[in-house]
Amino acid sequence: MNRSPYISDAPSVSTIMFKVLLALVPGIAAYAWVYGAGILVSLTLATSTALLTEAALLKLRQRPIKPYLMDMSAIVTAWLLALSLPALAPWWLVVIGTFFAIVIAKQLYGGLGYNPFNPAMVGYAVLLISFPLIMTKWPAPLALAAQPLSWSEQLNFIFSQSLPAALHVDATSSATPLDYLKTQLLLNKEVASISLAPMFGHFGGQGQEYVTAAYGLGGLYLWQQRIISWHLPTAFLLSLAAISGVFYLVDPGHFATPLFHIMSGASLLCAFFIITDPVSGPTTPKGKLYFAAGVAVLTYIIRVYGGYPDGVAFAVLIMNMCVPLIDSLTQPRVFGHEK
Amino acid sequence: MNAILNFASRILPGLGRDEDVHAFNGGVHPPEHKSESSTQPISVLNLPKTLVLPLRQHVGHLPKLQVKVGDRVLKGQLLAEAEGTVSAAIHAPTSGTITAIDEQIIPHPSGLPDTCITLSSDGLDTWAPLQPIDWQASDKKTLVDSLRRSGIVGLGGATFPSHIKLRSNSQSPIHTLIINAAECEPYITCDDMLMRERADAIVSGIEIVKYLLGAEKCLIGIEDNKPLASKAMRAACSQGQAEVKVVPTLYPSGDARRLIHLLLDLEIPSDKRSTDLGVQVFNVATVLAIHRYFAFGEPSISRIVTITGNVLQPQNFEVLFGTPLNDLIQAAGGAHTNTSHYIMGGPMMGFDLPNSQVPITKASNCIIAARQDLFPAAPPAMPCIRCTRCADACPVNLQPQELYWFAKSDNFEKARDYKLFDCIECGCCSYVCPSTIPLVQYYRYAKSEIIATDKAKEAADLARERNEFRLARIEREKLERAQKHAERAAGGRAEASANTDATVPSTPTASDSNDKQAAIAAAIARAKAQKLAGGSPAPAQTSPTAAADNTDKQALIAAAIERAKAAKLAAAQAGEAPKNTENVSPSVQAEIKQTDALREKVKKSSGENADIGSETSADKG
Repeated sequence: MNRSPYISDAPSVSTIMFKVLLALVPGIAAYAWVYGAGILVSLTLATSTALLTEAALLKLRQRPIKPYLMDMSAIVTAWLLALSLPALAPWWLVVIGTFFAIVIAKQLYGGLGYNPFNPAMVGYAVLLISFPLIMTKWPAPLALAAQPLSWSEQLNFIFSQSLPAALHVDATSSATPLDYLKTQLLLNKEVASISLAPMFGHFGGQGQEYVTAAYGLGGLYLWQQRIISWHLPTAFLLSLAAISGVFYLVDPGHFATPLFHIMSGASLLCAFFIITDPVSGPTTPKGKLYFAAGVAVLTYIIRVYGGYPDGVAFAVLIMNMCVPLIDSLTQPRVFGHEK
Repeated sequence: MNAILNFASRILPGLGRDEDVHAFNGGVHPPEHKSESSTQPISVLNLPKTLVLPLRQHVGHLPKLQVKVGDRVLKGQLLAEAEGTVSAAIHAPTSGTITAIDEQIIPHPSGLPDTCITLSSDGLDTWAPLQPIDWQASDKKTLVDSLRRSGIVGLGGATFPSHIKLRSNSQSPIHTLIINAAECEPYITCDDMLMRERADAIVSGIEIVKYLLGAEKCLIGIEDNKPLASKAMRAACSQGQAEVKVVPTLYPSGDARRLIHLLLDLEIPSDKRSTDLGVQVFNVATVLAIHRYFAFGEPSISRIVTITGNVLQPQNFEVLFGTPLNDLIQAAGGAHTNTSHYIMGGPMMGFDLPNSQVPITKASNCIIAARQDLFPAAPPAMPCIRCTRCADACPVNLQPQELYWFAKSDNFEKARDYKLFDCIECGCCSYVCPSTIPLVQYYRYAKSEIIATDKAKEAADLARERNEFRLARIEREKLERAQKHAERAAGGRAEASANTDATVPSTPTASDSNDKQAAIAAAIARAKAQKLAGGSPAPAQTSPTAAADNTDKQALIAAAIERAKAAKLAAAQAGEAPKNTENVSPSVQAEIKQTDALREKVKKSSGENADIGSETSADKG
C-alpha cells in the first residue's frame, strides 16, 4: 500500500484557529480597557451562540459534531463578529448576528471550508441592514464619558437596555469618529476643525486607536507564526494608504489623512483578521494582493461616499464574490511552463 | 575533524553551501534522521541461503528468461536478458541452483505477486568468468551495447535502464552530466556512505559516463547535510573530473528537474526532457555500478541498502539482489518488537512492504522499520480550508488545493488544465496540510482515471476508424464486383451470340477459357440472384438486343448494374412483402419461420452482396 508521505509537519486546523484567538487577546484587552468589560459579555454570548448553533446544524446535517466543534473556527467567527459590533450591543443583537453567521453563512453552505462569504461579515451586514440605528451608535470611550458606566450598569444595559435613571442613551453613545467626520463634512466643515472634537485621538478615534494598534500587534504575531502571509495585510494597508493619500493630497480640507483611515474603524482588524480568512479569500499570491487592494479601495469609497459608518463588511463581501475570478486569472506559472 | 564538521553542519545549516545554487520554490525540510544509519561503515551481508529475483526490477519490458529450474549457475551469470528497447538483464547474485521460477510477492506498492527466479546458493560464491572492458580503447556504440548486458538501472529508485540514457543522440548532444547525490529523502544514507567510502570509484564511473555522453562538464549535487561526502568527492575530483556543488538541504532537491534548476539555473520545459537541453542526470550509485562493470566486468548484482528506523543497529549494507528482507533485518541487529511494518524508500515517497520476506531489489535504496509513534497514522482528514500551505510547499508551483478540489469532484479536465500531470507526487503538500488530507492519493487517483479515460478513448477512436475503413472497403468491393460482373456478363453474352451468329466477331475475352469459366460463374450467380428475387423476370432476360450489341460495352455494364440493383430491390421487397401465412399447420409455420430467419440472415449478412447472400440461402435451403 502506498500512503506516503508517512510524516507531516503541520499545525492542525484547531491549532491555527487557536492561534488566531490568541492573537485577538491584545485587541480584546485594549477594547475592554477603552470601552469597558462589557465586551467580555458580548464575546461569551457570541461564543455560546456559535457553538450551540454549530452543534445543532452539524447534528441536523448528520456530521460528526466533536471534531468540527474542536476546530474552533466557529469561535473565531463569533469573536470577530462580537468585536465588530458596537460596544455594549444588546444581547439579542449579538445572538442574531452570530446565528446568521454560523447557520446561514457557514453551515448552510456546507460548513468549514465551503463558505464563499466571510461568516462574521455576513452576520455584521445582516445586523447593519436590519438594525442600522443600534449598529451606528457606539458608546463613548470610558475616558470621555461624562459618567462612565459601572460593570453592573454595563451588564444591565446589555441585557435590558436600561440605564441608570440619570442617563439617557444619547448621553452614553454617539457616532464613531468615521461617521462623525462624514456628517460634519456634509455640513461644510473642514477636516482640521472637525478633528478637534474630543472623540478624535492622536491618529484615529480617541481610545479606538489603541484597540486598533493592539489588533496590529496580534496580526504581527500571526504573521510571525506563519498563520497568515504578508500579502493580504500589506496590500490592504498600502492600498488604503494610497487611495486615502491621493484624496488627502488633492484636498486636505475635505479628506482625512491616510493614518486616520488606517487607525480608525475596523481597518487593522480587517487587514489581519478578516480578509485573512482563508476559506472565503483567494489562494494565489497575486490574487491575494488584488483581493486586499480591492477591499481597501471599496472600504474607502464606502467610508467616504457611502451611507454606512464603516465600509469593511460590504467591501469584504463584494470582494468575496470576486474570489473565483481572481483565482482563475492569477494562476501562478507552473515550473517548466510558459506563462 | 570529521565529527566536528559533521556537528558544525548540523548546528549551522548552510555552512559550506555553494553560493551559486539557484533555489526552486517550495520544498520542505523534514527531520533528517540520517545520522542514525551513517555512523557505521558499509557492511557486507552474509551470503543468503535462498535468493528470490523478481524479473521486474526495472522500468520497461520484462527480460527474457535464459535459465530453467534445475540449472546450475555461477555468480554473475546471465539469468534473463534484456528484451526490447527499455529492459534490463538480470544476473545471478551468487553461485547455486535455480530451484523455482514462479510467482512470488515482490516489493511493490501493489503487493501483488510477479514472476521470480529462486536461486539456492551453494555457499561457494563462485564467479563466472568476467570480462573487463577497456572503455578508453573501445568505441562508444560497442560500450553502450555491452551495457545492455550489464543489468544496470538507475539506483536512485527510478530503476530506468542505464544503457538507454547513454545512447548517443545527434539531435541534442549532451554537454553537462549531473550526478544526483542530493539524497533528499529523510532516513536514507546509502549514497552518503557510498561517497564517503568509494569516492574514487565513483569518479572513475563519472569519467566513463562523461566519455560515453561526450559531456564536457560534470556537476555533482550534494545536499549540505552530507559534509563528509562532499569532502570526499571534492578530494576524489582533484583532477577536475567533476565539480562538487553543495545545495541546501531541502526536499525534493533530489528530483532531477529540481536539481538541474539548482545547479544550472535551467528550467526544463514540462514537455521536454533534460537531454533535449543537453543535460543528463545519473545517480551516484549508478555511475559506480558502471565503473565496476567496465573495470571488473561485474554485472549489477548488489547495491547499498540503508536499514534504519526501529532496528537495533541502523546502518548500510552491501546487499545482493534477491536477499530476503529478513536477512537484512537480522544483520541490523533485528527489529524491535514493537515494529509495525516495513517501508521501502523514504518516508516522503516510500511505500509499505507486504511482508518482511520480500527480496531486496534494484529499487531498494532504504528499508525503514516502522513503529506506530514513528509514523503515526494521520488523523481523519478535515475539510480543506484553502490555507495554501500546500501551494507554498509545492516545488512545481502547482495549486494543490485546486487540484484536490477537482480530483475530489471528478472534474478531471479541469485538473488537467491546472497541470495535474506536472505533479511529481513528492508529498510536500500532504506534509504541510493542516487538514491532513491525503492529497497525493487524490492526485494519483485523478491521474489514473484520466489515463484510463484517454486509453479508452484511444481504443474507441481506433475501433471507429477500423469500422469506417471496413465499411469503405465493403462499399468499394461491392462496386468492383458489380463492375466485374457486368464485364463478365458482357463477355459471356458476346460468346453466346458468337456461337449462334457467326457474322458477329467474337470478343477477345470469348476465346479465353479462364474468362469463359468466369462468365459461367457470373451467369450462375445471376440466376441465383433472380431466384432470390422471387422468380420475377429479370430485366436481363428481356433485353436480348442489349446482349447482341457487343460494341457498346459501357452500356452493357450500366445495364448489368441496373439489373443488379433491380434484383436487390426485388429481393428487399420480397422480404417485406405482406404475408399470407396465417391459418396454416404448425409444421408449415415452423418451415415459414425457418425460411424467414434465413431471409433475415441473408439480408443481414450481405444485403450488399447478392452473391454470398444467395449462396448462403442456397446452402441452407
